[in-house]
Amino acid sequence: MFKSRDFLLAGAVAAVLLPFTALSAAEKPIGRVPTAEEIARWDIDVRPDGLGLPPGRGTAKEGEEIYLARCASCHGEFGEAVGRWPPLVGGQGSLTWDEPIKTVTSYWPYATTVFDYIKRAMPFGDAQSLTDDEVYAITAFLLASDGIISEDFVVDAQSLPKIVMPNADGFVEDPRPDVPKGEPCMKDCVAEVTIIGHARKIGVTPEDKARPVTD
Amino acid sequence: MTKEDGGRRGRAGLDRRSLLGGAAGVGGTLLAAAGGARAEEAAIPAELPEWSRYLGPGVDDEPYGKPSKYEAHVIRRNVEWLTASTESSVNFTPLPWLNGIITPNGVFFERHHGGRAEIDPTKHRLLIHGLVEKPLVYTMEDIKRLPCEDRIWFLECAANGGMEWRGAQLNGCQYVRGMIGCAQWTGVRLKTLLERSGLKPNAKWVLAEGADASALTRSFPIEKALDDAFVAYAQNGEALRPGQGYPLRLILPGWEANMSVKWLRRIEVGDAPWYTRWETSKYTDLLPSGKAYKFTWVQEANSVITWPAPEHKVDGPGQYMIRGLAWSGRGRIVRVDLTFDGGKNWVTAPLQEPILPKALTRFYYPWRWDGSSVIIASRAIDETGYVQPTITQLRNARGRNSIYHNNAIITWLVNSSGEVENVQVA
Ligand code: HEC
Repeated sequence: MFKSRDFLLAGAVAAVLLPFTALSAAEKPIGRVPTAEEIARWDIDVRPDGLGLPPGRGTAKEGEEIYLARCASCHGEFGEAVGRWPPLVGGQGSLTWDEPIKTVTSYWPYATTVFDYIKRAMPFGDAQSLTDDEVYAITAFLLASDGIISEDFVVDAQSLPKIVMPNADGFVEDPRPDVPKGEPCMKDCVAEVTIIGHARKIGVTPEDKARPVTD
Repeated sequence: MTKEDGGRRGRAGLDRRSLLGGAAGVGGTLLAAAGGARAEEAAIPAELPEWSRYLGPGVDDEPYGKPSKYEAHVIRRNVEWLTASTESSVNFTPLPWLNGIITPNGVFFERHHGGRAEIDPTKHRLLIHGLVEKPLVYTMEDIKRLPCEDRIWFLECAANGGMEWRGAQLNGCQYVRGMIGCAQWTGVRLKTLLERSGLKPNAKWVLAEGADASALTRSFPIEKALDDAFVAYAQNGEALRPGQGYPLRLILPGWEANMSVKWLRRIEVGDAPWYTRWETSKYTDLLPSGKAYKFTWVQEANSVITWPAPEHKVDGPGQYMIRGLAWSGRGRIVRVDLTFDGGKNWVTAPLQEPILPKALTRFYYPWRWDGSSVIIASRAIDETGYVQPTITQLRNARGRNSIYHNNAIITWLVNSSGEVENVQVA
């Protein structure tokens, strides 16, 4: 009696635990071990130390033609941007200005990120259509356009991580909270309240006739 | 007989022909809904309305339901001048018309970097690899067999309120705080997936990648991955919407929503951060010194009054309910204070249950408006003691060019006609 009851209990426990512990050969596994080739197909990311950079090479001279054909329609012939598309080049030294110009060459801390991003996401609307040589060459073209490397500098897996970007030491760890701490004031907190900005006067809110003003 | 079949009778003053005319009929109904003179509104309608008399549509006409046509203004909106293309842009949750803490899926804000991917779930895979003992690739079916949980969390874009750093700009609650939504998510802890693959001792950082046309990537520390990081396949009871990453997204609760990578296809474990474009060029906070904060992940305590707001008008003196939302990426909201004089004096508003960590929290406060011009605002305090700052305090700390993480107190001016305006005060 006791024996068979113990056996039943053990069976119930096993039934609960089984799906998430070892499976017998007949059962359908959860997840499959991918092949190295499968992983390589997706694993295209690149780190500042160069980890993940593929074989290949390119120079600014080679990159110019590809850039003009595939990128300039949005980003401008010189990376200065067409209309409201993002600019890619220029603005070095502007980060302290009232209206800073944040671009690849003025703001990005690592050249490896340029390769990584262009390879995965550009041209906008036709992502991952460039060869690795083309991405190296366009990267070289953008960096050379703002004097970070020379026209004939060969960008490849060895040289790219060594390029020092103008804003390489521009970033600090998040120190927040960075605003006053402590019990907030509840009574007579300020002597006088001044309105310093009116959204209505700026007048940039989208007009929407379908939007009622009353609730 | 249904109201569509022409058998219905017209109301006084409208003949049957004009009702059949369709457009005129709808116009008439809208006018009635908008209300005429106050006296008319107070009276119980003398006539039986058509919906009380004739049958409405049956159960077959709307297999997936939509809101009432009278709620057509409760929609996401875009600010066209913000970006060059709608595929790399954002729309805003219509907060001023929503209730409770759960954002309906159809109006949950969207921010895409390469348009809204429409993924066939049978072709979607999640790959876990890098510094793990055993890389694994999962189908959606596999993931749904793993231990699951339901959790309520907000997701807020780091740029929520970003247009207000330089001054009061957009005159709408939807536009100044609408890059947020809160939902009940169903899915699997990332920890479960990482443990199934087995972390190597030098596993310190994790990279998440999306399957959309921007292949968006973000790095985050292994501590977050093993804490509350979550891989969700459902939102508010149904599968994720395509705009929220269908069929699978990451959720890093309390952190800037750009990190909650949508259309999640790959998790790589490493020993150092990747410094992707989205954690260098974007989502870093530029200071007046020219230096920038990096890895600014947490969304600090924040709040907004959703009624009254610039989208509304306070329709005459009397009693109203102030409605608002508060939230903190560091945990629970413990208190919300309100001011009616621009910040001279404050009162504490009661909070509605449930008060969940890293979720939207509701507050309501009965308010008697005397018809004079008032400046109202809310201020949130979270369980770490963090107090939502004023815009002046934020500018003192970070200047005006940060773009991201503007959680400053939002101030509405209610003028003597009851119109509401987004203003900044000092
Ligand atoms: C159809 C217009 C278009 C074309 C063509 C295009 N881009 Fe872009 N590019 C964009 C948009 C839009 C973004 C911003 C995407 C986002 O918001 O995430 C962008 C962003 C970038 C960025 C990042 C900018 C920043 O400051 O973060 C780089 C670098 C870039 N593009 C390089 C290229 C290169 C190189 C090519 C050609 C191979 C190219 N782009 C072609 C539209 C375009």
